[in-house]
Amino acid sequence: MKIIVCIKQVPDSEAKVVAADGKASWGDAPLVINPFDEYAVEGALQQKEAQGGEVIALCLGPETAKEALKHALAMGSDSAILVSDPALGAVDSQGAAKLLAAAIPKIGGVEMVVFGRQTLDDGTGLTIAQTARVLGWPLLSFAGAIKVDGGKATVERVFEEGKQTISASLPAVVSVVQSIGEPRYPSFMGIRKASKAVIPQWSLADLGVTAPTPVVTRAALDNPPSRDVTCEIITGETPAQIAEALAEKILAEKVL
Amino acid sequence: MDFSLSTEHEMTQKMVRDFAQKEIAPVIKEYDRKQEPVPTSLKRMGELGILGLCFPVRYGGQGMDYVSLGLACEELEAVDTHLRVAMSVHTGLCSMTLFQWGTEEQKEKFLTELASGKKLGCGAFTEPGCGSDVSAVQTSAKRDGDFYILNGEKMWISLASKADYAMVVARTNPDAKKPSAGLSSFLVDLHSEGVKTGDLHGKLGVRAGSTGWISFSDVKVPVANRIGEEGEGFKITMAGFDHGRYTVASGATGLIRASRDVSVKYALERRTFGKMIGEHQLVQQKIAQMMQDYEIARMLYLKVGWLKNMGERSTLATSYAKKFATEASFNAANEAIQIHGAYGFSDEYDAERYLRNSKGAVIYEGSSEIQTLIQAGYALGFREDKPLRCELPAYDEAFWNE
Ligand SMILES: Cc1cc2nc3c(=O)[nH]c(=O)nc-3n(C[C@H](O)[C@H](O)[C@H](O)COP(=O)(O)OP(=O)(O)OC[C@H]3O[C@@H](n4cnc5c(N)ncnc54)[C@H](O)[C@@H]3O)c2cc1C
Repeated sequence: MKIIVCIKQVPDSEAKVVAADGKASWGDAPLVINPFDEYAVEGALQQKEAQGGEVIALCLGPETAKEALKHALAMGSDSAILVSDPALGAVDSQGAAKLLAAAIPKIGGVEMVVFGRQTLDDGTGLTIAQTARVLGWPLLSFAGAIKVDGGKATVERVFEEGKQTISASLPAVVSVVQSIGEPRYPSFMGIRKASKAVIPQWSLADLGVTAPTPVVTRAALDNPPSRDVTCEIITGETPAQIAEALAEKILAEKVL
Repeated sequence: MDFSLSTEHEMTQKMVRDFAQKEIAPVIKEYDRKQEPVPTSLKRMGELGILGLCFPVRYGGQGMDYVSLGLACEELEAVDTHLRVAMSVHTGLCSMTLFQWGTEEQKEKFLTELASGKKLGCGAFTEPGCGSDVSAVQTSAKRDGDFYILNGEKMWISLASKADYAMVVARTNPDAKKPSAGLSSFLVDLHSEGVKTGDLHGKLGVRAGSTGWISFSDVKVPVANRIGEEGEGFKITMAGFDHGRYTVASGATGLIRASRDVSVKYALERRTFGKMIGEHQLVQQKIAQMMQDYEIARMLYLKVGWLKNMGERSTLATSYAKKFATEASFNAANEAIQIHGAYGFSDEYDAERYLRNSKGAVIYEGSSEIQTLIQAGYALGFREDKPLRCELPAYDEAFWNE
């Protein structure tokens, strides 16, 4: 089975992101593979192990995003492709979906496209459904487990409220959640392979498309309002008294 | 001169960091308090290939270079010293010594088991009566046909009760003119009859690691397990320390970094006299010292890694790196406690564990005093690097990955 795993590069989750002049910056914090996408790579590799076949990591982003693709290679993906073009400015989720959906048929013979549930940066979680829509493929979202049998994928969707099992015929788009299993560490063999990999870069011309015009533009980007916090230590003779005083405070503040 | 790390190095660093942070950091306080080894550490380091990182794939290793070994040790000790100690003894003292001095058959047989993490190794030199003075070891090995019969006791041996093999130095010739010329090295199977091992308790630090003793009572060791020639034991042990000390130096560098990181974090949180304590110059001075020491320690060990990759002797460079980094890690941990005030005195915070863990490394693998003697010896011409019969193979990417 030929599986594509779509990944994005994002600032490290520990980075302190600051907005200034409508732009986000994160100092010299490293850029990493979107943590949710590590689960996607894990899910894709599990399918490869179960079904045989290959896993191709696909990323839309600047040249530096090759580092994120290398992580996917080191984890065990067979190859990687970067879609990148200087003509691309800001790309919204729909634009990203159009570009990914142009690259996937070009790879050819793909039976499953796996995504992480959302990105750590924009976090819309929309690109997944939009890619499925542009491809005209079914979407099996929030998969905590995937089973492929006889040209059909069955996934267990995991929610806070419970579980749901759904299936669709392949090819299909799948988004995975953490229950798929902890992402494996890159192996040293994988690391050596990844560090030597020459990752092909596809331009808009290679895909035969023009730069998509964003349908959603960002009008402003602001830092969260600084929190005005006061700290009060509640004292009392006994734990029961302290608890009572605390409960009264909470009720008075209408927190509960 | 190129100071940059390769993608391979950076990815190795991240992989080892992720392992240590995700799997060990959350449980380390619990085991350190209980004074029990973290049960998963060695198993996971073996499975992930960390224990055999720098050996050729043909011998069961992962095919990475010696710089990667240092980077891995830095990441491991930034989380806890016991992880790096495993690298020092299994990888450094035991496996690298075997890689340097072993015959092809010995490498195929033993190194493959060790580098692949299937078997664990340790280095057993210290005895109840001698540590720094290796030439004084009392453990005896008497030739008897195709065997040597070992008798004696080793003390303060990291992983003594966990390892399958020990690289042991023992006296084969009690009549040698120079005591050091009467020693030989053996890779002893610790499951042999007559071997007993146990753990030492009540240690100041490395409480989540295992440190113990080994006793040999008429243990039959096949001649095929002698490493090097008879009488080469002292040289082999000293050469092995070049490898062990490299891991100690790089690990201690990670400990400086850890002390720096907790200090910075706390200095930005804690307020006194209406300011964050990080705004007080005396606190800044301590943090600046940690920054500088980290940078120096890192450069020193990376140079050793580079020398090893090139196949050059690194005894003096290793001595600088080991002494500087271990002493600086002790100072950094000490100042990290100071910055934390009373909280630094509590095991709720990491700094006190860093201090307890840092002290051992100033003593083992050649104490600071011994390092000073080595350095002065080179300066005064009392010491020089003479060619060894077997050198550690230079890193050769093609050979390593065949
Ligand atoms: C946590 C831990 C783990 C260890 N793991 C191992 C292991 O895996 N394998 C192993 O073989 N050993 C191990 N050791 C033992 C360690 O290598 C020895 O403790 C070390 O070599 C020092 O020897 P010693 O303790 O006998 O001290 P001694 O040699 O008795 O030295 C006592 C003091 O005298 C100083 N001194 C000695 N000679 C001189 C000199 N010529 N000039 C000036 N000062 C001198 C020393 O620096 C020290 O301060 C470990 C020790 C510890 C604490």
